[in-house]
Amino acid sequence: MVPPVHFTERVTMTDSTDAGPVLAADGTPLKKKLAQALFVSRARAFGLVLPLLAFILVSFIIPILSLMVQGVKNDTYSANMPASTEIMKGWDGISEPTEKMFAALVLDLIKAREEKSIGRVATRVNREVSGTRSMFTKAARKAGKLEAPFMAAMLNIDEDWGNIEVWGAMKVSSQTYSAAFYAAAVDADYNADGSFERLDEKDRIYVYLFIKTLLVSLAVTLACLALGYPVAWLLASLPMRTSNLLMILVLLPFWTSLLVRTTAWIAMLQSHGVLNNVFVWLGITTDETRFSLIYNMTGTIIAMTHILLPFMILPLYSVMKGISPAYLRAAKSLGATNWTAFWRVYFPATIPGIGAGGLLVFILAIGYYITPALVGGQDGQLISNFIAYHMQKSLNWSLAAALGGILLVIVLAIYWLYDKVVGIDNMKMG
Amino acid sequence: MSALPPYATLGQRVWYYAFRVICALIFIYLITPVLIIIPLSFNAEPYFTFTSGMMGLDPEAFSLRWYADIFHNGMADPDATEGWWADMWQNAVWIRATKNSFIIGFWATALATSFGTLAAIGLSRSEMPYKGLIMSILISPMIVPLIVTAAGMFYFYSNDFNPFIEGKQALAGSKMGIILAHAALGTPFVIITVTSTLVGFDNSLTRAAANMGAGPVRTFFKVQMPLILPGVISGGLFAFITSFDEVVAVLFLAGPEDKTIPRQMWSGIREQISPTILAVATILVIISIALLTVLELLRRRSERLRGISPG
Repeated sequence: MVPPVHFTERVTMTDSTDAGPVLAADGTPLKKKLAQALFVSRARAFGLVLPLLAFILVSFIIPILSLMVQGVKNDTYSANMPASTEIMKGWDGISEPTEKMFAALVLDLIKAREEKSIGRVATRVNREVSGTRSMFTKAARKAGKLEAPFMAAMLNIDEDWGNIEVWGAMKVSSQTYSAAFYAAAVDADYNADGSFERLDEKDRIYVYLFIKTLLVSLAVTLACLALGYPVAWLLASLPMRTSNLLMILVLLPFWTSLLVRTTAWIAMLQSHGVLNNVFVWLGITTDETRFSLIYNMTGTIIAMTHILLPFMILPLYSVMKGISPAYLRAAKSLGATNWTAFWRVYFPATIPGIGAGGLLVFILAIGYYITPALVGGQDGQLISNFIAYHMQKSLNWSLAAALGGILLVIVLAIYWLYDKVVGIDNMKMG
Repeated sequence: MSALPPYATLGQRVWYYAFRVICALIFIYLITPVLIIIPLSFNAEPYFTFTSGMMGLDPEAFSLRWYADIFHNGMADPDATEGWWADMWQNAVWIRATKNSFIIGFWATALATSFGTLAAIGLSRSEMPYKGLIMSILISPMIVPLIVTAAGMFYFYSNDFNPFIEGKQALAGSKMGIILAHAALGTPFVIITVTSTLVGFDNSLTRAAANMGAGPVRTFFKVQMPLILPGVISGGLFAFITSFDEVVAVLFLAGPEDKTIPRQMWSGIREQISPTILAVATILVIISIALLTVLELLRRRSERLRGISPG
């Protein structure tokens, strides 16, 4: 705790002109002593936070930042093909490749083949211009036997070695730091001369995917609001005993494992599942024309809404609980109709809850991975699923990092908004 | 929405009941999927749907085979009499997953709760510098999309530039990596619950303890800790549930031996879909129901002790 500051008779507070600064017991100025005490208590508070801060920085923040760096940095080419990397720095990306460049390339190919890194280099260049992978592996196999002039020798192996596009791809790959992956993440091509160019209509994937993810998140948020608002209102207005019982119906799904709920929706929605059987039995559809409710966007939205609904109900409920029922009665006694009383009095008071629940659901929905992966099929995949795909299957980590970086920026922007509107200190856990 | 007054008009009456019907439908939507898997898990056939026998309540159509399969799956010889228990304990995939879930959950919770409680105490002191900034950093694991977290950790823990580990794949593909990831994901819950408990904490109590000669450590354990314990426990519970339910980080960081229950369910759904996962799901739902009941009873008890009766 704060060390006590002792005042003694020596501390004189006279108004005489020669009085020095107010002194503490040990003779130091009081001001300094107080500053010291404040510093000690701040250091103590900080010392308590420090272990966790260090832990979060090392095990969470730094890993994410290192992945973000991978989004702009890729040294697969420059680390394994040093000679051609060096010589291409002076190449403008437009003029014809020179004999010197070919010589450096051959040198690098021999080295990369010896070090068995040619596969990775070829994959890297192939990501810029597809079809170049085999050119590299083939040339590397024959590079050891080539003799000057190398340009003619290389063209002899494959005419495409004279293609400026291939060299452009190599130049882009050879840049350790480049915007190539961020460009790819927004469906653009990063050229050797530093310009960007949008891909053809048919090759665009990711911008559409980001928009789709945002729209799905918005749809899920609106669905949660539409379903959560009446339920929260009912829970807030019923007597405590009844509402506690009904609250269990909200809390049980909330506490149930995500995988359990996803499994349950597979059982519910599949073509011979519970829901379709009920529809057939009710005569809504026939056995031949069962609805396809799962492994598509419909299934993703139904399951995600169910999983995120408690995150909307709980903040709404805690806000509605604080609104006095007297307000509605007062409005009605002053002549408002039911609708006016709700719309002009009750609804505005619930807006903080809508903001809190809505942003929470939206943030969770935008990064959803498990449910779309299991019930989404082809059509219901979101941006997270593509990040996982590039991390685990295609091993294009830099593209995964760039996609993740864009997703992170979107989420942090919403979080910032959330903090401004609701405040992170007001976050409630139901 | 309180009880219908006697002078309510017809329209008000219709709306009153319509509103209740709408709410009932939403409650059905919330609870049906969770409950429907319970009867489905007793299916005698390897289907995810009610067979005609089950609809007719034919005893033949029900069986416990999928519950038996939880133990048998992965065992070297499920029919052996000798060494059955050892075999099950060692080899059954779901048993191994359960062990992994508890080991990982325990260590992640221990890390998250101890660091998180200390940090929450520091954060609720008025002298704490840069409070807003530090709070946002510490809460961030809850905000950053799981996929970005998992991918980042996988990349960091499996990369050779990482100064903290030697050699490749040192932490990715081990329980240690998952424990660190889950601890990071659990801390925001501990911080939020403990800080909110500390809002009502009377700081003169610690000053009184110090005044009576107790050191900071003694003050913490004898005075502060007993008072904030409910917050710490519920924060720890949240951290444990987070770890127990988390699968994205496990998908990225776990080796083949480190599969947890949700990870095993994931491969169950992806690879060989069988009602065994429904049986596991049923057990998990029953555990959730038990947990909720205990929490509700505890809440009622504490309300009764404080003299607030429900209703």
